[in-house]
Amino acid sequence: MHEFSIVQALIESCESHAQSQQASAISRVKIRLGALSGVEPSLLATAFDTFKLEGMCREAVLEMEIEPLMLSCNECGFEGEANGLSVLCPCCHSPFTQVTGGEEMLLLQLELNSCEHGA
Amino acid sequence: MCQDCGCSLPRFGMQASQHTHAAKAPHGALSTSSHEDLSTNPQLSDAKTLSVIHKILDKNDVEAAHNRRHFEASRISAFNLMSSPGSGKTTLLEHLSEYTSIPYGVIEGDLETSKDADRLIAKGIDAIQIQTGSACHLDAFMVHGALHRLNQKEGSIAFVENVGNLVCPASYDVGTHRSVVLLSIPEGDDKIAKYPVMFRRADLVLITKCDLAPYFDFSVEDAKAALMALNPHSPVIEISVKDGRGMQEFANWLQADHQARFDAVKTAPLSASSTYSAASTHTAEEC
Repeated sequence: MHEFSIVQALIESCESHAQSQQASAISRVKIRLGALSGVEPSLLATAFDTFKLEGMCREAVLEMEIEPLMLSCNECGFEGEANGLSVLCPCCHSPFTQVTGGEEMLLLQLELNSCEHGA
Repeated sequence: MCQDCGCSLPRFGMQASQHTHAAKAPHGALSTSSHEDLSTNPQLSDAKTLSVIHKILDKNDVEAAHNRRHFEASRISAFNLMSSPGSGKTTLLEHLSEYTSIPYGVIEGDLETSKDADRLIAKGIDAIQIQTGSACHLDAFMVHGALHRLNQKEGSIAFVENVGNLVCPASYDVGTHRSVVLLSIPEGDDKIAKYPVMFRRADLVLITKCDLAPYFDFSVEDAKAALMALNPHSPVIEISVKDGRGMQEFANWLQADHQARFDAVKTAPLSASSTYSAASTHTAEEC
């Protein structure tokens, strides 16, 4: 259940972004999870709902975008979605591919509410 | 007045042409738009969208890079050992000294007890135990705390023996140079496909307890085929501490990797190695 520690890092990061913008609350958090990022989205959502109760994210909705594994093939030039989690080129089956997406966990966007009585 | 948000343009000191909303984006979706001013407007409580592309585990990654600089300052190569509980990480470290002349120290991660560190210390190997409590993995901060207590010679090797777990440790860079993932014969060859993230991270896969192969239906070929799909360039070494097979090959792999990292620096003129030395001086001051 490392999703709990990932959520803690996520909430900390959201709060520091929000504070730097003098926002009072965060209403939406958008993240991107790669298919090979090692995170289970449903567990992450549960963890977020548990941890957000304290702090600036308590009203926030978590929006998750799941990114499939993306490859670029050094041999045939294929660029696009992998076949499941295999890093072999789906066209020419070459092992000489580069992963261009689907391995990371990123915070993409925050919707912030500003202070009603000044920053 | 803007029909989207009702703000009055002159207050924000803008021309109408500057105040635009993205064609179909929901209101507020322009992160760098003129609406940034709204956040400091005392009259309005309006939502604004801030676009940030930020790694969620960024703080951990920064600390991991810091740990790597610490290791490199003393020309230490660091290896993260990961596997399920009981696949032979500590046993491997107990026996490795018979096959290599490079001294090594170990940072041990377990939920409870210092049994693993005690086993290594009994063998004369420098070991520091981290007890994670309920945490299922080590992170870069925990390793940082331990590496300052590790008594390591310049040019040696450091192992981080992670918490036995094929899932969570895969998401955390702890500041090592390479990841070695162990899979023991009794676990079954299907573990590679079942835990793709972990085996994708491996720089080397060790199939351990190979002396037990006659008693289990573990197909090394199937394991290698599964690894090929996830991590085609990772070497695989079959080892057994009981009959010693593969142990020398593993020791040679470690030595070759270690030498490749630091020998180029050692033979280069001093200025060329400044990336390491400059970083190390800096971090030594930090902590």
